[in-house]
Amino acid sequence: MSVGVLKGEEKIAFELRSLYKKYGYQPYKMSKFEEYDLYVNNKEFLLGDGVITFNDTDGRLLALKPDVTLSIIKNSVATAGKRKVYYNENVYRISGETKQFKEIAQAGLECVGDIDEYDVFETVYLAAASLAAISDNFVLDLSHAGILSATLEEIGAGGDFDKAYLRLLSEKNRHEAAALCEKYALSCEEKERLLTLLSVQGEAGKALEKLRPVCQGKAKEAFARLERLCKLLGVTEYADKFRIDFSVVNNRNYYDDVVFKGFVDGIYEGVLSGGRYDLLLRRMGKDEGAIGFAVNLDLLEGFKETRHRKDVDILLLYDENTPTLQLVRAVNALVKKGNSVSAQKTADGIRYKELVDMTGDKL
Amino acid sequence: MINVALPKGRLGEKIYDVFEKAGYECPSIKETSRKLLFENAEKGVRYFWVKPSDVAIYVERGAADIGVCGKDILEEYSPAVYELCDLKTGNCRMAVAAKKGFYDDGNRTLKVATKFVNATKRYYAEKSREIDIIRLNGSIEVAPTLGLADVIVDIVETGTTLKENNLEVIETVFPISARLIANKASFKFKTQEIENLVEKVTALLD
Repeated sequence: MSVGVLKGEEKIAFELRSLYKKYGYQPYKMSKFEEYDLYVNNKEFLLGDGVITFNDTDGRLLALKPDVTLSIIKNSVATAGKRKVYYNENVYRISGETKQFKEIAQAGLECVGDIDEYDVFETVYLAAASLAAISDNFVLDLSHAGILSATLEEIGAGGDFDKAYLRLLSEKNRHEAAALCEKYALSCEEKERLLTLLSVQGEAGKALEKLRPVCQGKAKEAFARLERLCKLLGVTEYADKFRIDFSVVNNRNYYDDVVFKGFVDGIYEGVLSGGRYDLLLRRMGKDEGAIGFAVNLDLLEGFKETRHRKDVDILLLYDENTPTLQLVRAVNALVKKGNSVSAQKTADGIRYKELVDMTGDKL
Repeated sequence: MINVALPKGRLGEKIYDVFEKAGYECPSIKETSRKLLFENAEKGVRYFWVKPSDVAIYVERGAADIGVCGKDILEEYSPAVYELCDLKTGNCRMAVAAKKGFYDDGNRTLKVATKFVNATKRYYAEKSREIDIIRLNGSIEVAPTLGLADVIVDIVETGTTLKENNLEVIETVFPISARLIANKASFKFKTQEIENLVEKVTALLD
């Protein structure tokens, strides 16, 4: 098979599979449907609450899966060590713009089990390698849910404040965050901590130095974990691609450690997102850890590709007088020479490079 | 090169003047023509005029790296963009207005006419008030007089239109001003250029 027939995003999907396989990840194929209860119980884990549901023949309420991670976790049987899986699946979600259901192709991996520092490093490294498979010009933003949670818990301004602050953090909205801190009468020191988290961004080394003084108490432990991770990432070939940026905000009920988002120059939104979500497993009654990420392959459609100006290389015109055997031979001969050929009775609406006319007496 | 989406109209022209003073001039923009796209390669900036309510879409989808957009649009459509600064221009507010002397006894569903359906729903949901939303596209001020709605939620600048229609503001939903927004991905790859621009522009506003 010629790789040339693959679209850009298909080539990348193949490359990603081969990358994940190299690191010992096993393919994971799942059913398109899942019991609806799984999503109801973990609604906040999904980005939005739209799920396509239907009744199976035995009356059970099923859903077309809006997410891969939940299914992997649910069906993952605890064994000694870790389960490392990768997937290439379609999920069904409500699109933010049209508010209609959309099929989204995702590729990604999950590492579930006794997660340690190496696993976290490997996952974040593979996230960077996945972005590198798409383009040389990418960045991977790292944030830390543990630092955020510990800081907000210590300040203790309440759920409404936390919700409003996290929204402003995701928008890098410093001016309104400052006003929010004043509205809730936070001390200067507390305000400074929260505004520093909001404004710290950029290359890991410098950003960590700015973060260090505001990561106190419980946040100190989380900061140390982030610092160790950055040190490990610093020795890889992607060292200059990692950035600290707390505008990457994931749900704190599920994520408690590093969270990340990958951007590629030329694609208008983040193409990769992931993080460590031990809290989700605990909510599902599993005493394990988990980390993973997903690449949104739909966003890669048409990336770096120019639209084809022609539908086929050769348009072969024939009519009822053309002997079919001669037509078969002509098409085969042209295809064997490496051309794409379309045999048609009319040229209407077809863009071609060359015309071969076998109509009437022009054999 | 930074691509800047500006809202067509008075607000956009005012904001362009600020950008010009900040050193991002593009003189051709002031020439009378039907052109919508203007570039100053030397200053590394390209402006384009778009409908005010479309600025956020251009920025969210990356056609513009940054743009200028009212807070009303951001609250209504919640685009996934960075809000980098308050330009402190185009100040007004989103407000609830009713006929003079209107009293909401809270006993029945409140009929609310508005263009800003999402922002209105959110406002009343926070107050746990049951409402019936009536989506209108213009001339909202006549809705209470004709009995179509109890109150309206709309942008109020001076209040003159309300007064002329025998309405008055009963609550402020949120203050509005122009905000400088940025595409999240563009910001990653043009961080320095965008931050320099924000710094120079905000310095002029303070």
